[in-house]
Amino acid sequence: MRYSGFRIIKEALTGNRGWQPAWRNPEPKPHYDFVIIGGGGHGLATAYYLAREFGKSRIAVLEKGWIGGGNVGRNTTIIRSNYLLDGNEPFYEFSLKLWEGLEQDFNYNAMVSQRGVLNLMHSDAQRDAFTRRGNAMHLNGADAQLLDAAQVREMVPYLNFNNARFPIKGGLLQRRGGTVRHDAVAWGYARGADTRGVDIIQNCEVTGFRMTNGKVQGVETTRGYIGANKIGCAVAGSSGALMAKADQRLPIESHVLQAFVSEGLKPTIKGVITFGAGHFYVSQSDKGGLVFGGDIDGYNSYAQRGNLPTVEDVCESGMALMPMIGRARLLRMWGGIMDMSMDGSPIIDKTDIEGLYFNGGWCYGGFKATPASGWCFAHLLATDTPHETATAYRFDRFRKGLMIDEKGVGAQPNLH
Amino acid sequence: MIINHPLLGPRDAQEFTYLGDASLIDRPDWSAEDANEQYYGYAYLRDNPAGLHRELWFHEQGDRSWLVVTRNTLTHEITRVEFASHVARLAGRSR
Repeated sequence: MRYSGFRIIKEALTGNRGWQPAWRNPEPKPHYDFVIIGGGGHGLATAYYLAREFGKSRIAVLEKGWIGGGNVGRNTTIIRSNYLLDGNEPFYEFSLKLWEGLEQDFNYNAMVSQRGVLNLMHSDAQRDAFTRRGNAMHLNGADAQLLDAAQVREMVPYLNFNNARFPIKGGLLQRRGGTVRHDAVAWGYARGADTRGVDIIQNCEVTGFRMTNGKVQGVETTRGYIGANKIGCAVAGSSGALMAKADQRLPIESHVLQAFVSEGLKPTIKGVITFGAGHFYVSQSDKGGLVFGGDIDGYNSYAQRGNLPTVEDVCESGMALMPMIGRARLLRMWGGIMDMSMDGSPIIDKTDIEGLYFNGGWCYGGFKATPASGWCFAHLLATDTPHETATAYRFDRFRKGLMIDEKGVGAQPNLH
Repeated sequence: MIINHPLLGPRDAQEFTYLGDASLIDRPDWSAEDANEQYYGYAYLRDNPAGLHRELWFHEQGDRSWLVVTRNTLTHEITRVEFASHVARLAGRSR
């Protein structure tokens, strides 16, 4: 069933009796050509592009809980492509272009809203760094605009411009960046994949891999054994635990990141604003809540909840940037588990085991990458060669010293 | 989180900075034949367990000692705290 304005009117006139579930709930088959582990944004996007772009069939997505119940439903919904390094920027720009056409592509309202992402700068050194970043973005076909303090003040007059320690000197603005309704991304991809014959199997946790002679044969799951020619893992924070079942050690640590939503307020913040002197980013949802976050807690965790010192730190950064936020009450906060890689950049690659492919290490920037991650992982699964924008996301870059270290902090995952 | 320091008693985790897996104590021998391979594993690969995790915490705002904390990554419950120097000596290191 295609969704459209005409359809809504027709259903309204006929008592809304024609709507159907957006995807099926099939029993697992004994064997598939492709099994994707992880029914989050990346896993569902992978299955969708495998079917739609690469014409593959006999595909299953295995999800241990319900689809969209992990990080795709826990993030702060920001999309942007304001990266610096060659290994990253073309990939994220590819992703932003896919976001721009996504809703028409999978016929689902994901509320893609290009309301702008503004990174604030607070020192002359930071202005130099942002100028360079903006140029790198231009070289890769992305949009970037350097604003001086007066232009920023015109855009967002309510910020604390006279902060003695962190005066706002300007900003780097990406107008094509913005926010997306994150749950709808999971649902849209799920519906699009399901329509093209992909089996989305929920409540199906992978408990082990069956292998012979270094080739993977299938997965043991809580719903029985499922055979597969190729298996792709896209499980974000659970990457370490899952790949340990295949005796793979990863260049990844799992850390908890907290996010926050305030009570609903009148429209105040148009786009996304990030604080350049601390780690704080904020946007306003369509319901009016301020959606914000900051640093990860900084210790290994699979707990999906964090501790209070980080809450205090994030709120202090918020107060330094826009003191008026202190009048808003916090409505809810939660944690998600991030697959923090050793250089802060992701991995989309084959593993040592034939037929087993890995997609992970997204740190806390995985949401914006969802479409390109799915596309590039599908490309790798379908053709056994990396997509042109994802050639740098290899496992062996750590062995060879070819890190993509945007922050330049080395193998210290809790600092990325 | 409260870390029960072996000398100073219960201290807020905010006083500490975190390094990571306690296996970072065991720096490989630089002169070994396969030192390259060993250092690759040492610097970049992690077990990253969901459950009990032995990890290094530095008491930066306190007595500046390194501790090995055994903590459950699923619940954040801390079950054991030792001096990293003791752990290293027990493993046969001179210091």
